[in-house]
Amino acid sequence: MNFDKELDAKGLNCPLPILRAKKALAEMTSGQVLRIMATDPGSVKDFAAFAKQTGNELLSTAEKGKEYEFFIKRK
Amino acid sequence: MNMPTDQAALDALIRQRLDEILPQKLEELKAAKTPSMTIIATKGTLDWAYPPFILASTAAALGWNVSIFFTFYGLNLLKKDISDLKVSPLGNPGMPMKMPFGPGWFKSIDWNKFLMPNLIQSNLPGFESVATMLMKQTIKNNGVADIPELRSLSIEAGVNMIGCQMTVDLFGFTRDDFIPEVKEYCGAATFLPMAQQADVSLYM
Repeated sequence: MNFDKELDAKGLNCPLPILRAKKALAEMTSGQVLRIMATDPGSVKDFAAFAKQTGNELLSTAEKGKEYEFFIKRK
Repeated sequence: MNMPTDQAALDALIRQRLDEILPQKLEELKAAKTPSMTIIATKGTLDWAYPPFILASTAAALGWNVSIFFTFYGLNLLKKDISDLKVSPLGNPGMPMKMPFGPGWFKSIDWNKFLMPNLIQSNLPGFESVATMLMKQTIKNNGVADIPELRSLSIEAGVNMIGCQMTVDLFGFTRDDFIPEVKEYCGAATFLPMAQQADVSLYM
């Protein structure tokens, strides 16, 4: 999937991946896609809830071994 | 003479229309409202500094309006330098005390179970410092943010920091002891109406 910005949240724990993602999204423009890599297993549910609350669209979630990949489209 | 019948018919019509329109209208109002949260932070130790700052920074990231009212020992969390917050296993049997280094079997030992907290720990000088050091290392090893970072992330995200004026006076602090981001010092009468309006209100 194409993306405009990438955030490496590997090794970070709750709530840092969400806070960093929020910050990254704030610097992007509407419609741009952010790719996030994380290792916190809690981030799977957290990013879904974050997307739902903020209106930014969670395009996909994937598990790659012990890593998680998210694509979020800025609203 | 027709009045009662008309009135009843009108009432029935209104009731029916309300049933049709109201649920959607309420949903719209709910969706348009910015959620809000107020927190009362009363503790000033390293471990108890986490709940208010984690929840506040996360709620702010979700777009909520957040205020934290710092009172009693919670005021410690507003001091300019909070790198020296401590944690104590004393009188805290729920706190696991595990070594953040060494082989797996060693790391899994919970020393708080063996060291008889209240009897021994209180007589061991420096025990609190050791426990604090171990906890800080564990926090670092697990990729958990440290408190100064979480606090500045909260401030950056617009969390409203409020100091309790009564406890500032009680403990002999001055406003100079605290970070300038504390915009408001007030009392219970100011905080309660804020909490009343909030969707979520938590005491920590």
